[in-house]
Amino acid sequence: MSQAEMSLPGHPVGTLTAPAFSVPAKKMAMWLFIIADAATFAAVLVAYGFLRNGSPNWPTPFRFSPTVLNAMLMTFILVTSSLTMLLGVRAAKAGDKPAAFLWTMITAIGGLIFAVLHLREWLGMIHEGATLFHNPWGTGLFGASFFSITGLHLLHVTAGVIALVAVGVRYKGGRYGADDLEVLGLYWHFVDLVWMFVVPFVYLLNVAHR
Amino acid sequence: MDMPDVQPHEPAARYADSITKYIVIYVCILALAGVQFVIAYTHLSGTAMFARMLFVALAEAGLALMFFMHLWGEKRGFVLFVLILTGFVIMAMQYGWTDSYRMELGVPYSQSKPGAVQ
Repeated sequence: MSQAEMSLPGHPVGTLTAPAFSVPAKKMAMWLFIIADAATFAAVLVAYGFLRNGSPNWPTPFRFSPTVLNAMLMTFILVTSSLTMLLGVRAAKAGDKPAAFLWTMITAIGGLIFAVLHLREWLGMIHEGATLFHNPWGTGLFGASFFSITGLHLLHVTAGVIALVAVGVRYKGGRYGADDLEVLGLYWHFVDLVWMFVVPFVYLLNVAHR
Repeated sequence: MDMPDVQPHEPAARYADSITKYIVIYVCILALAGVQFVIAYTHLSGTAMFARMLFVALAEAGLALMFFMHLWGEKRGFVLFVLILTGFVIMAMQYGWTDSYRMELGVPYSQSKPGAVQ
């Protein structure tokens, strides 16, 4: 029996094949993941705001150079990688496989550069004495929230880079199609979208004004 | 004979927009990100700065969501499903802010901020 012929007793034939909101199953799964992940990031950002608001000696240690400058560069790279991902999906939908693969790999390189810049920043902060439980500027909760939030985002970027390479190679080899690249693109844009909230709340609200 | 209650269809989002449109959105997002960096160096109160940052971040996220993620091209029902579900979950998380102010004002069990009204 084909999938098109499947039905529940008492329901019309084809009921089981009707995608909700006309969105294909893989894409819907990714959207549901994105909604859940948005709630996760919102939860950690709200927790961070709660701690920041409730701590009497919350530090504002970030200087223009290197931290804010680095955040600007990371933002530029991540937003640009979102554009290259979009161009990759667009090329895939148009059937231009070489261009789609090329843009996907450029996106992966962008993500890799972002991760390296992030790790460099972390090492700089650790060198200054900031850890998960302690920092030289004020309440220890600052280090805990900073490394947790940026670490969760970095984990998403790293997973995204691995997925970009894996899906890109399989797309080039013919195992995956343009729809798979589109689903991965949604994930990558979401990672970019989260960064738009991490930068102002975690970095820019903690800028040193001196 | 029973007929399927749905007809074959194409996915709504087609990725057929011009590259120019995508680049304009990209430049707008970068410009909004730049505005956030400018706001960070203005002399505003914490609350005013937070409100401005949140507004700009929402504008950036809206552009990315609608045009980069092509939510705008999906069916209205799906757009509402995503926005209402996500919005509701995030709004439901905001119930604890009053308690953080209780911590800030020091009553009871916490240190008070210098200058805070007891």
